[in-house]
This record gives sequence, structure tokens and C-alpha cells, in this order.
Amino acid sequence: MFENFPLFPDQVSASAGKVDALYAFLVIVTIVFSVLIFTAVLFFAVRYRRRKQGELAKTVHSSLKLEIVWSVVPLILALIMFGWGADLYFEMWRPPTEALDVFVVGKQWMWNLLHTEEGQKELNTLHVPLGQKIRLTMISEDVIHSFYIPAARVKADVLPGRYTRLWFEPTKAGEYHLFCAEYCGTKHSAMIGKVIVMPPVEYERWLSGGAGSEPLDVAGERLFGQLGCQSCHGAEGNQRGPSLAGVFGSKVQLQDGRVIVSDENYIRESILNPKAKIVAGYEPLMPTYEGQVSEEQLIQLISYLKTLDEKDSN
Amino acid sequence: MNATAHHSESGGHGHHPQPGFLRKYVFSLDHKIIGIQFLLTTLVFFMVGGLLALAVRWQLAWPWQEMPVIGKMLFSDTGNVISPEFYTMLFTMHASVMIFFVVIPMLIGAFANFCIPLMIGAPDMAFPTLNMLSYWFFWPAFLIMGYSFTVEGGAAAAGWTAYPPLSTIETAAPGSLGGQTWWLVALIFVGISSMMGSVNYITTIIKMRAPGMHMFRMPMTVWAMFITALLQAFALPVLTAALAMQLLDRTLQTGFFNPAGLVVNNVTVATGGGQPILWQHLFWFYSHPAVYIMILPAMGIVSDVLSTFARKPLFGYRPMVYSVAGIAGLGFVVWGHHMFQSGMNPALGATFMVSTMMIALPSAIKTFNWLGTLWRGNLIFTSAMLFAVGFISVFAIGGLSGIFMAATPIDIYIHDTYFIVAHIHYVLMGGSAFGIFAGIYYWFPKMFGRTMNESWGKVHFFGTFVAMNCTFFPMHVLGAAGMPRRLADPYHYETFAHLKDLNIFITISALVLGGFQVIFALNFIFSIFGGEKADRNPWRSNTLEWVAPSPPPHGNFETTPIVYRGPYEYASPEVEEDYLPQNVPTPGAAPVPGAAI
Ligand SMILES: [Cu+2]
Ligand SMILES: [Cu+2]
Repeated sequence: MFENFPLFPDQVSASAGKVDALYAFLVIVTIVFSVLIFTAVLFFAVRYRRRKQGELAKTVHSSLKLEIVWSVVPLILALIMFGWGADLYFEMWRPPTEALDVFVVGKQWMWNLLHTEEGQKELNTLHVPLGQKIRLTMISEDVIHSFYIPAARVKADVLPGRYTRLWFEPTKAGEYHLFCAEYCGTKHSAMIGKVIVMPPVEYERWLSGGAGSEPLDVAGERLFGQLGCQSCHGAEGNQRGPSLAGVFGSKVQLQDGRVIVSDENYIRESILNPKAKIVAGYEPLMPTYEGQVSEEQLIQLISYLKTLDEKDSN
Repeated sequence: MNATAHHSESGGHGHHPQPGFLRKYVFSLDHKIIGIQFLLTTLVFFMVGGLLALAVRWQLAWPWQEMPVIGKMLFSDTGNVISPEFYTMLFTMHASVMIFFVVIPMLIGAFANFCIPLMIGAPDMAFPTLNMLSYWFFWPAFLIMGYSFTVEGGAAAAGWTAYPPLSTIETAAPGSLGGQTWWLVALIFVGISSMMGSVNYITTIIKMRAPGMHMFRMPMTVWAMFITALLQAFALPVLTAALAMQLLDRTLQTGFFNPAGLVVNNVTVATGGGQPILWQHLFWFYSHPAVYIMILPAMGIVSDVLSTFARKPLFGYRPMVYSVAGIAGLGFVVWGHHMFQSGMNPALGATFMVSTMMIALPSAIKTFNWLGTLWRGNLIFTSAMLFAVGFISVFAIGGLSGIFMAATPIDIYIHDTYFIVAHIHYVLMGGSAFGIFAGIYYWFPKMFGRTMNESWGKVHFFGTFVAMNCTFFPMHVLGAAGMPRRLADPYHYETFAHLKDLNIFITISALVLGGFQVIFALNFIFSIFGGEKADRNPWRSNTLEWVAPSPPPHGNFETTPIVYRGPYEYASPEVEEDYLPQNVPTPGAAPVPGAAI
């Protein structure tokens, strides 16, 4: 019945081994405590069962010494688990500075995966190169989904209206499962996908061998023109809006005094709900583009903005 | 103390006029009748929830195969097999029924009602009419939830967690058409009922204790109910507000939870501007404490049963009280551990992680003090005692598996997998339900004046214990292997093909588990009418409910009991017998109640 029974799936990411080490530690601690408790329950149940009427129990009301022991030991263990877990949690969260970007758009019940290079677009399958850090920026068009690659020990909810992040570093070539972990409606269980980890050379070949549609930033630039964004934000425009050259990743001073870092979520919000965060020194004149641009187009625009400072200097 | 002094003068059942049948058994103001009403109703819903669970299990073991007998009756439109739409409704309603219609009203409706006044020596609740209403406010909820199965699209199918936008947008799931609206209305009724109960319990415990019943002479059951009522009073309004907000989002197109610009099932959604994550925060702010609302009273019951049948004082009474309070207090600051992968800032995530880890501390104190109670005791293994001892071991598994959720990197892996399902069922089936069974066997003589059949009780325990572990333990393995929960068909994925045998094993165990509950139900029904007659104190217990006749008349006590000591004076050196009830003056000492107060 249990042949080939993987208690845990393959480890195919750089952090999988570390997660499993912590997991093993927790398993050991819980087994030790379970055995301790079961043995005590069984032993006491047999040893101290009433054998004849009229026996008297020993009246022990409490023991300060024991109370201290069984408070302090779990406390220390909990703190060790916290320290270890928090350290790994931060490491797994902190996005790498150098990584391959892939955008994910989830909807009932499929995954759209948009590669930044060569305009590669995939449905429910994600090709990634081996040994390189992959950074996913994800959003949903409808309900909440959750992007889950068990073999890489990563999972993050994919929310409507806001980008979430995930990164992993594949360390073993092969095909792995991709799940939607968050219940997302009737066909949740059919929201299947796979991740294909390939050696870098093969990945390059795959990348250039596709349909070869427009790269995201090129599509974004075209869209930027079509929507007339440059009339306010462009270098030759009327300057009613702030210049967008180099805006991505920079600090932005807002009218209400806050300083925020301009990231994907800020740019997305500024396109759909421009009045939410007004840049200091500008009038709230921009109309909303809600309903006019799809999630994919928003990603194209963001990708274009990311390249802007380079292009300007060219 | 004035109120209690007044009652001690006017107490005694002769003072209460005998009401007619309708007043006595249906619209009763008597806390005991109301408690029994809650108990019988919730037991019926326990059966409903169990059947829903078995249907879920059928699908996981034999997906898209015809269910024997009922398949033709229920699913004739879908080729006699469960449809994915129906499956999503099944697990949504299983959880909703079990949590809101069974475990919560069982513990804080049935047991709190029946036990609190009796155990503190009061003639009734502080507000008997409010108490009656708290029961009858459940009925709209039952009827509405039942009705929701018949509306277009069927009953709610967004999971018991009802995350927007899945729950708020009609095109997102069939159950989100009308069923979800009725689900929300039903739960608002449940919330109002629970709030009435909480107010009553808090007031009764503060104001109506018998003379001499100091707070630190109260049995653990009463302490647990008191702290649970406080927990509920502070957490529940948040859920009720969230339910109302979701109801407004669905009916009046407000924008609390739906973000802008959604396209669901090719339909552009008109509302927007909201935050789906806000619902999660509000929901878990109540629903994490709800787990403690469902376990703390069970812990109280188990503590009392253990001490009674170990014929020995409860080990570490005060640490036990403090740890119940500690669990309740921490319960308010750990809700975020349900949302570690929702894009939460890790600084906040780590805060929730440390607070969640801290729960290990009071839980360990409780577990080891229960073991300390058994240690050098003189254990009598009645059915109630078996369930209480069983509780320690199964709850230990449920508590320890919680650590895996507290450690964020592990939680990220096991979140939304069957590991979570295993954990919550160890806490609710192993914990709450074992506590409930212990309580039913223990207080049955007081409720009905007869004892339940002990032999069948033991069969029920051993069967339940084995089947329960066979059902839920393997779910940890499914979760560790990565199998997500709420999948209508896990075998869509070839990686899970090898888990099918294990799923079949689980389903068979679940059927056996259900079968043993039939034994319990029959024992319960037959014992009401034909059980062995019980005297006032069949277990030779110390607490005050055993001073009253079995069953106690309206008004409970012939004369208001006076309390001289704590509830756990078993094997006291002061007396010959191995128990010394709370209301018995210390032998040899002059009975000066004033001095004892
Ligand atoms: Cu899904
Ligand atoms: Cu929780």
C-alpha cells in the first residue's frame, strides 16, 4: 500500500532543504512530547487504577517545582522554534536583487504566466532555468488563488487588486506540480499546472523558439502611446503629470507628506485609482483607467516603466 | 453578595409556581430545560454535520462513483454522482454546521446553561427570559440555513471561511448566488444568540454565586465557561460586523471587500474599492478565538471529570485557571497565523508567529497538570473518565500539530493542505467532542435522573478512540505529501494517485466512526427512559450540582447551599469517605458560614 510513499515531495529549491530541516526538528519535538504524554497516560491508567473499594488517593494539590519545569521547558523550545523559524521566514521572504522576473495572472481556473523576455506567454506551465533565482509577481483577475509549488516549498496567495510576491531558486531539472492551494470555486481541483525546470541552455532555446510575440516592455510602450499617457507624463508633453523616467523603485514624495517607494502595486494603483496617492506638486487631474486596461496590459505598462530610465539615457 | 443573600432566603422550589407543559418544556425559562433543549438540538445537527462529512469522504475515496442507495435519490440530475458544485457545498456546510450549530451551541449553549447555575449554587440564570430567547434565536438560523439548500445555486459554497470575492460575487460560485446571503443571515442570528448567552453567563457567575463560593472555589468548568463567555463577548461583535459588511456588499453593492475592476466568469463586477484581505482579518479575529471557545469549556469539563474519577484533587488548580485565561488572552493576538501567505509583511508575520508559539506554554501547563491529576490517583474508569483521559492524548496531538502552523516556513508549505484538516479535527473531534462526550456521560444522571449504560459507553469510547485516530491521523500524511484541502478530485494530479488507498482507508474509518456514534445515540435515547435510576450524587462528587436532586426541580436547590471549600477535596484526610463536598461543613468545626464567606 505504501510503496513509493513520499512523505515529502522532492526538494528542488535552495530553501527546501532548510524548510525540511526545521520540519524535522518540529517532528522530533512533537514525537518526544507525544510519547512522553502517551506513556504517562497509559502508565498512570494502569498503575493507579482502582483495584479495590475504599483505597485512598494521595492528595497532592500542586507542586511549584513541577509547574516551573513544565512551563520553562516548553517556553525555551518555543523560543528556539521562533528564532529558527523567523530567520528562515525572513530569508524566504526577502526578494533577491538579481532574479529572473515572471508575471503571473490567475483566474478561474487557469494560470497565465508572462515571461519578460521574447514575449513568451504560457498557460498553466512555467518554464524556468535551473540554478537561477526566479521572482514571481502575481495578481488575480477574479477571486483569491494561491500559487503553490510543493517541491520548492513555496506558496503565496494570489490576490485580486494587489500584487503579491514569491521567489525560489530551482536546483534540480525536471517537471514539478503547480497547484492552486486556495479554494477558488467549483473547478478549484482542476486548476492544474506544472513547473518545468530546464538547464539554462535549453531554457534559452525554449525561450527563443516560441511564438515570439512582443516582449512585455515593448507591448507596454505601444500601449503607453495608445492610451496617450505621454501627453502628460512624457518628456515632450505638457508636464501636467510627473515624469516617469526612473520612477520605478525610486522614492516618491506625496502631497500628504508621506514618502513611499514606487513599486508595482503603487504604479498599478496610480493607473486605476490615480487620486489615491497624489505626487507632491501636482494637481489630481489624471482620469482613471479602470475597466480600460486588463491585468496583462497593466503588467505590460509596469514592465515598460521599469525600462524607462535606460531608454531615456539612450 | 446582596443578590445571593436574597436568594438564600427565598430559595427553594416551593416558591416557584408550576408552569404548564408549553411553559415547562418548550418556552421554558428554566436553565436546565434550556440546556437540554440545546443539547438535543445540537445532537441532531451533529448527525447532520456527520452525514455531510461522510459524503465528502465518499467523494475523496471513490470520486465520481455512485453512492449506494442515496446516490440515486440525491444526485439524479448529475448522473447519480456528486457534482463538483455539490462537493464544494458539502464541505462548506459540513464545517458551518459543525462549528456554528454543533460545537459552539453544545458547549456554551447546552453545558454552560445546564451547569453554571447548578455548579455555583444559584437557582437559575440571572436573566431567564434572555436565556430562553438565546435558544429560540437559533431557530431562525436553523430554518434559514435549511432553506438555503433550496434556493437557486444551492446553499453557500465559498467554504466556511467565506473569503471574498468568491463569496461576494454571484458569478464566482453557484452557492454565491443566493445561498451565501442566507448563510450570512443565519450566522448573524447565531451571533445574536451567542451574545445573549455570554451576557447571561458572565452576569450569573459574577452576581449569583452561593454564599462562600469565592471565585477561586469555582470548579474548572465554571471558570472555563466564564472566560469563554468573556472571550466570546469581545470577539463576536467583530464577526457580526464582518457578516453585516459582507451582507451589504452582496445586497446593497457596498464596497468593503471587493477590489475594483474584477472580471469574474467573464462578467465585469460593478462594485469595487474594497480589500478582500480585510475580511480575512475580521473573520479570523473572531474565528481564531472561536477555536478556543470550542475547546476551553471542554478543558473545563475534562478537568472536573478527571479529578472526580481520579478521587484526587485537580493538580495545580490555580495554574489551570491562569492558563485558561492565558490561552484566551493570547487568542486575541494570534489570528494572523491563518494569513501568513496572504502577502503579509514579515514583520507582522513574525509578531503573529511569536504570539502563536507562546500558546504552547499554557497548553503545556494544562496537559501536565492533567497528568499530575492522574498521578498517584485512584482511577475509576467510567465512560466519562475514559473520554476525559482519551481527551488528554488526542488533544495533545492536536495541540502539538499546531506548532507546525505556528512556524511560518512550515506553515507556508502545509497551509491549505490536509495537514490543517488533520489538526483542526484533532482539536475539534478529539478535543471538543471528547470533552462533550465526557460531559454527557458525567451529567446525564443529573439531567435525566438516570445513568447511561456504562458498558455501551465503554464500547462507544474504544470504538470512537480507535476510529477517530484512524480517520484523522493519516490526514497529516496527506498534508505532508502536499495534498491540498477542498479538492473535489485530488486524482486530477498524478502525484496524488498513490494517496488514493490512504483516502479509502480514511473513508472506511470515518464510516466506522459514524457507526459508533449510532451506538451512542441509541444509548442516549434508551437511557433517558430506561436507564438505571440515579441518586443525587452517583459519582460521589464534590461540586454543588450533586447536592440538588436528580433531576433538579425548577429552582434547583431545596435550600441554598453554603460553600466551605474548593471543588476538589477528594481523599481529604479530614473525613472517612474519599470525598468532601463543597457544601459540607468541616467535621468537628462549628458551622459558621459567615466565617467561611
Ligand atoms: Cu484554486
Ligand atoms: Cu487559528
